[in-house]
Amino acid sequence: MNVTQLSLFLENKPGHLLNALKVLADENVNILTLTIAEVADFGIVRMIVNKPQKALEALRQHKFVCSPTDVLAIELDDKPGSLMKALETFSKRNLNIEYMYAFTEKRGDKAVMIFKFADIELAKKALLEEGFNVVKKIDLIGE
Amino acid sequence: MFNKQYEAMEIKKLKELQLERLKWSLKHAYNNVPYYRQSFDKAKFNPDKFSSLDDLKHVPFLMKQAMRDSYPFGLFAVPMEKVVRIHSSSGTTGNATVVGYTKNDIEVWAEVMARTIAAAGGTEKDIIQVAYGYGLFTGGLGVHYGAEKLGATVIPISGGNTERQLMLIKDFGTTMLACTPSYAINMADFVEKKMKDFDFKKTKLKAGIFGAEPWTESMRKEIESRMGIDAYDIYGLSEVIGPGVSCECSEKSGLHVFEDHFYVEVIDPETGEVLPEGEKGEIVYTSLTKEACPVIRYRSRDISRIYRDACKCGRTLIKMEKVTGRSDDMLIIRGVNVFPMQIEAVLMEMEGTEPHYQIIVDRKGALDDVEIMVEVNEKIFTDELGALKGLAERIEQRIRSALGISAKITLVEPSTLQRSEGKAKRVIDKRQL
Repeated sequence: MNVTQLSLFLENKPGHLLNALKVLADENVNILTLTIAEVADFGIVRMIVNKPQKALEALRQHKFVCSPTDVLAIELDDKPGSLMKALETFSKRNLNIEYMYAFTEKRGDKAVMIFKFADIELAKKALLEEGFNVVKKIDLIGE
Repeated sequence: MFNKQYEAMEIKKLKELQLERLKWSLKHAYNNVPYYRQSFDKAKFNPDKFSSLDDLKHVPFLMKQAMRDSYPFGLFAVPMEKVVRIHSSSGTTGNATVVGYTKNDIEVWAEVMARTIAAAGGTEKDIIQVAYGYGLFTGGLGVHYGAEKLGATVIPISGGNTERQLMLIKDFGTTMLACTPSYAINMADFVEKKMKDFDFKKTKLKAGIFGAEPWTESMRKEIESRMGIDAYDIYGLSEVIGPGVSCECSEKSGLHVFEDHFYVEVIDPETGEVLPEGEKGEIVYTSLTKEACPVIRYRSRDISRIYRDACKCGRTLIKMEKVTGRSDDMLIIRGVNVFPMQIEAVLMEMEGTEPHYQIIVDRKGALDDVEIMVEVNEKIFTDELGALKGLAERIEQRIRSALGISAKITLVEPSTLQRSEGKAKRVIDKRQL
């Protein structure tokens, strides 16, 4: 049920993201969503790809520092207030979000958000109890 | 001239004095320091048979590593009750070199520093602002005692707090400034940017004695024109005594070495052979009068040449050229001696791994600027941005506390740092000295 996200260290300089994406393109890896967190000198690229293991190996082979991280993909209604409501629940259950980002494609009339929680198992249990649809890896990347 | 008897001594007499003192110093080291006893014995050198200055070439060198290995007091030649002062280079345990001084050593140090200040035109009428750091570093206290010995008025302000430095120059009527040359330029920059109503030319400042780091003729010209003073180079190293080993005189052409206390040789750093006067090589020092920490043939790693000329100032003392380089990888960052291995030690200690790193030294404005690039590897990488940033900050703090320099830590991708022939290039020094 956990989704594998790849986290990639990059210097904040022109061409560096390009070089990493070239590696993925050459391996025929498709990126489903991607976000970047950055400070002045460097950043961390976080992405969900269709072939995480293959992507990880290829990136490492090309001397990138890359690590897999487990995150949760949660389905939300695509309408005003639904993210807020989800956050209300997280807050009530004292679940701290380390970071989050959106999925680019809708699933039917639902939006999918990626959440990184400090304790993923605790979060998953709480969210299932609260009636959230935690999207399975296989549903997302279609393998 | 502060002490004409010694500073303008006839060469023949000076050599006799050196020989006599050298005999004492060699025996003193041999009889009281196990390290020297072993090293002399191993080289089959008997200090009792030492009879001419030329024989010194048979005496083994003292390397910096031996001083480190003797941490903290292994090379002291007197019992601790005779030691009245300790100074130390910055550095973590095992990297620091510690030196001690007896009452008499402090007296000798004050004497050579008084001569140094006098050579730059100082007298008991001067007000000397000591903006070298006070503390374990020899700069501050070295100049301080010399200035007092001379009978001048000392302002022991220590380094930093530029605005206050300038205020005191104005309010106290400072006539001489002692600091690193880059700090002097930093003061001039500060005035230009933030204290436009301050005019050096309206103060009583007339001269500066600048040292603790290499500097160039163009820096001298810049300091002299911007501050309206005469800028003199002073030289020393804590292993030998601290500042006061040699200094420039009114001629500003070469630094007179106080040969009655320090014997100098220049050697080929590759072969260790003594080079004739006038040839460029590594300077080797032997203390002639030091009690607590005698140094016998200490390899300074400083590259220069020594020569005698008929100096117009009247001093007969041998001269050394401004130091132009090093025969090892030591860097001088804002007056602090830094070895790349010290930085490596900090990184290893922080990460428990051996990261690739590169030190880039540049000069921004007048001050040395240090950037340490550290390659991120799988072991130190984390998905949390804050943790990575925190790591860089922790390295910065640790380098500051262990080495006494501030450096910017930049995390870079693996395999991005330049490697020459498979060997990592650890230091890129962009300063044009």
